[in-house]
Amino acid sequence: MNTMNKITHHLSDQLLIGYSAGTLPEAFNLVVATHLSMCDECRAAAQSYDSVGGALLHAQPTEDLDAAALAKTMALIAKGPKVAPPATAGSDLPDPLSAYIGGGLSDIKWRPIGLGVRQSVLRTSHAATARLLYIPAGAAVPDHGHRGTELTLVLKGAFSDETARFAAGDVEVAGEDLHHKPVAEIGHDCICLAATDAPLRFSAWVPRVAQSILRL
Amino acid sequence: MTTFDTYNLTLLRSPLRSERDMESVKSSIKQKARKLQTRKSDRSALEWSKDLELIKTNKSEAAFARLFYHFAPRVKAFLIKSGADVGLAEECAQEVMVTVWNKAHLFDPSRASVSTWIFTIARNKNIDALRKQRRPEPEELTWGPEAEPEASDILVMQQESQQLSQAMKALPCQQRELIEKAYFGDLSHGQIAAETGLPLGTIKSRLRLALSKLRQTMK
Repeated sequence: MNTMNKITHHLSDQLLIGYSAGTLPEAFNLVVATHLSMCDECRAAAQSYDSVGGALLHAQPTEDLDAAALAKTMALIAKGPKVAPPATAGSDLPDPLSAYIGGGLSDIKWRPIGLGVRQSVLRTSHAATARLLYIPAGAAVPDHGHRGTELTLVLKGAFSDETARFAAGDVEVAGEDLHHKPVAEIGHDCICLAATDAPLRFSAWVPRVAQSILRL
Repeated sequence: MTTFDTYNLTLLRSPLRSERDMESVKSSIKQKARKLQTRKSDRSALEWSKDLELIKTNKSEAAFARLFYHFAPRVKAFLIKSGADVGLAEECAQEVMVTVWNKAHLFDPSRASVSTWIFTIARNKNIDALRKQRRPEPEELTWGPEAEPEASDILVMQQESQQLSQAMKALPCQQRELIEKAYFGDLSHGQIAAETGLPLGTIKSRLRLALSKLRQTMK
């Protein structure tokens, strides 16, 4: 899956460093890994931050090992490698995401959250939430603000909000300063992968009620 | 043969007769390991990548021992700084080196130095063992069955990596500390400075080029 020539909205350096350092919550890592699978620009940037990690590792003062460390390691090697779980073959989504869904787009278990919008929450650690969003052509996600960071990666179709237009492969990084109302483009339904590290802040009363039931 | 093979054999195959034998073997290994750490640390990035190549092609235990005594003590230090206790760090450092052996065939010297590759394995081990999370990784990109990286691309990537290491050593203390903090988990992504001042321009465009070459062979 490689749509790099069209991608115009990329990940921030902060997120790429966090991904490389391994300090992001799992849900954010999932959005980053999925975007990197679609965007060679960011993949090269992420790998250059891995090189920084490599240089730091190389410069570490050494820590004494157990006297038999090498022998123990050779004994572990002799046991043979662990068998890796089979990769999800032939999915229409990037590998890291289909591993969380357990298949492709048709395997997603959607739940309606009102106004035609559907979601599917993915199982990650609790520090942040990852969800797939299905926004029918022309429909909108209710007007909301953010307490933390929200990452929205477009997988299919496109949406626009007050800031810009986002198409397949594009990622929107929304912070506390952004209050927006994403609207799916006419003509195509829009499917996104979104991650938030704090509950969204809805402006209207009805979505607030829905929020407490739907973990939005 | 090298000294590595001699004490590999001692450890793996000869039965130890007494506690005292065990102690003297332990201390002689420690001494040898220390010597190796200092002697071998000035090997170049290219030499390390050749050692990894020897594991890939010949299952060379001597090359593995060289990598082990250089990298395992650094991986252990890195894991301790990231919050692991000494026992867990030791265990994880060994497991990281097991992965180095098992996944040697996936190492691509035209896209990373050995330190970078081992760093990514250690980071993932850290997320798995300390933070108890899954680590989603981008889709694997590998050379097609007939294709291989060019020797000149390998050489350049290994040199770039070494230059990056040197450039980082030359950074002002304060800036280096901030970068270390970001990598050892003392900063959240929101606290990481947008402008790191890291000299990454050349290596980034090199990696970008490597990716497009790879894409061409995959078509």
